[in-house]
Amino acid sequence: MNTQKKKLSITPYFYLIPCMLVFAVFLFYPFFKTIFLSLFLTDKMGQAKIFVGLQNYMDLLASESFRNSLKVTLIFVVIVVVGGMLLGLIAAVLCNKAFPGIRFFSTSYALPMAIASSSAAMVFQIMLHPTVGIVNKLLGLDINWLNDPDTALYCVAILTAWLNSGINFLYFSAGLGNIDETIYERASVDGASSVQKFFSLTLPGLSPIMFYTLVVNIIQAFQSFGQIKILTEGGPDEATNVIVYSIYRDAFFNYRFGSAAAQSVILFIIIMLITLVMFRIEKKGVSY
Amino acid sequence: MSQTDTMAVSPRNTISREELLALKKRMNAKALTRRRLRTGGLLAGNVVMAFIILLPLLYAVSIAFMPSGELFTTELNILPQHPTLQNFADAFTNVPLLRFILNSFIMAGCITVGQIITCSLAAFAFSFLEFKGKGILFMLVMATMMVPGEATIISNYLTVGNLGMLDTYPVLIIPYLTSAMGIFLFRQFYMTFPKSLYESAKLDGCGNLRFIVKILLPLTKSAIGAMAVYTFINAWNMYMWPLLVTGSNDMRTVQIGISMLNSVDSQSITMMIAGVVMIIIPSISIFIVGQKQLIRGMFSGAVKG
Repeated sequence: MNTQKKKLSITPYFYLIPCMLVFAVFLFYPFFKTIFLSLFLTDKMGQAKIFVGLQNYMDLLASESFRNSLKVTLIFVVIVVVGGMLLGLIAAVLCNKAFPGIRFFSTSYALPMAIASSSAAMVFQIMLHPTVGIVNKLLGLDINWLNDPDTALYCVAILTAWLNSGINFLYFSAGLGNIDETIYERASVDGASSVQKFFSLTLPGLSPIMFYTLVVNIIQAFQSFGQIKILTEGGPDEATNVIVYSIYRDAFFNYRFGSAAAQSVILFIIIMLITLVMFRIEKKGVSY
Repeated sequence: MSQTDTMAVSPRNTISREELLALKKRMNAKALTRRRLRTGGLLAGNVVMAFIILLPLLYAVSIAFMPSGELFTTELNILPQHPTLQNFADAFTNVPLLRFILNSFIMAGCITVGQIITCSLAAFAFSFLEFKGKGILFMLVMATMMVPGEATIISNYLTVGNLGMLDTYPVLIIPYLTSAMGIFLFRQFYMTFPKSLYESAKLDGCGNLRFIVKILLPLTKSAIGAMAVYTFINAWNMYMWPLLVTGSNDMRTVQIGISMLNSVDSQSITMMIAGVVMIIIPSISIFIVGQKQLIRGMFSGAVKG
C-alpha cells in the first residue's frame, strides 16, 4: 500500500511536464524577464545594461506620447467592446427563434471569428480607400478615413468590433439557449410586450454570460495589433497609437527594450486590475 | 383559450357547436397570419443584419474578380462587369503564395496536434490523479490566461534570438504548444466521467497512457473537435509573433506573406484582395465544417460551468 502510494505521487508530474515546460520557458520566464528588463536601460541586443530602477516608468508617465497612448487605448477599447457586443447581441436575438434559413444566418453571424485581423484589415483598407473605396462611393463623401486623425481611430475600432462580433454571437446564443422558455410564455399571458420582455427577461437572463463576454472582450480589445499595424501604423499623428502598437514600435524600431518592457508591465497591470475589479462587481451585482 | 371562451359565452346559451368551431377556425387563421408576419419580420431583420456582417467579405470577393482597370472609376461599381481570374493568377506569381500556405498549414497543424496532446495529458493528471500541489499547479495554469501575450513577446523574441532559432519552424510552433484554455476545456469534460471508470480500468491492468488513448480520447471526441477547430483557426490567423520571428519567404506564414502585397498602387489592389480571399478560404471552410462541433464542445462544458 505504502509503495503504491509513493509511486502514485511521482507519476502524475510526468503528465504535466510537456505543458509546464512550455509555460515555464515561454510564459513564466519571459514574464519575469519583462519585469526585470523594465528596470534597466538596454543595448540594441536587448541586454540589460544599466539599472535605473523605476526611471523607465517615470519617463513613460511623464511623456506626452504615452499618455496619449493610454487615452487612445481607452477610447479604442470602449468602442470595440460596446460595438462588438452590441453586434453579437442583436445577431443572437435575431437568431433565437427557429425560422427558415436560420442555419445560414447563424453561420454568417459567427463567421468573423474565423477571419484574421490582418486579412480583414486589408479588405477594410480598400473599403475605406478615398477614391475607389465603397464607403465613400456609397455615402457620396470624399473623406480620407485612415489618414484623418479624427476618423482613423474609429475606423480601426469598428473593424475590430466586427472581428469580435462573431464569437460574441456564439456566447450570446448559448446564453439565450439557457433561458427557460416558459418565463416568456407566462409573461405573454400577463400581457408583456416584446420590448418589455427583452429588457426585463432576456437581458437579466443573459447577465452571467454577458459578464463573462464583457471580460473576454475587454482583455481581447487591449491586445489588438494586426489591424493597427496594417491600417495606420499608429498614425496619423499617433491618433491610433494604442499601447500594444507603442510597445512594438519602441522595441523593434527604436530598440528601447527597457521602455517597451515597462509598457508591457503597465498593460498587464491595467488588464489585471480591470479583471479583478470586474469580478468584484460581479460578486455584488449580477443576479443568477 | 378556447376553454375560457366557452365558459364566458355558455351562460347565455346562444352559441352552437358550429359557431364555436367557426370561431376557433377564425382565431387560428388570425394566429397563423400573425405568426407568418412575425416570421417575415424576423427574416427581414436577419437579411439586413447578415448583409451588414457579410458586406466586407462579399465586397472582397467582388473585388477579387474585378479587372484592376474596372476598379478605378468614380461610378459605383459593386459587381465586376467582366469577371476575371487574372488577379488570382497574379497573386501566385508575385509572391510565393503556395509556400506561405504550406508554412501556415505546417505551423497551424503542428500547434493543433501539439496542444491536443499536451492539454489532454495535463487535464488527465488534473482530473484523475492525486498528487501534492495539484490545486496550486492548476491555479498557476489558470493564471496564465491573465497574462497578455504582449507582456511576454519582447522577452520571448530576445530568448529565441539568443538561441539562434529565428526564422525556423520550431520557433513558430513551440511557444504555442500548450494553452490554459485547452487544459481547462478538457478537464471540464473529464470531470464528467465517474472516477470508477479510471479505477476499474486500472484494476484490469490498463496503464495510464493506454487509458488516455483507448478510453479518454474516444470519449471526448467533441471536445477535441472543438479544440482542433478553434486552435487551428487561431494559429492560421496569428500575426504578431510570425511577423517578428520570420524574415525570409521560406518561413513566412500566409498572414505575413499576404501583407507584403499590401502596397496600395493602382495595379495591385485587386491582386492583393484576391490573395486575401484565397487565404481566408481555408479558415472559413474549417470553421463552417467544424462549426457544430465547435459550439457543442465549447459550450457544453466551459461556459455553463
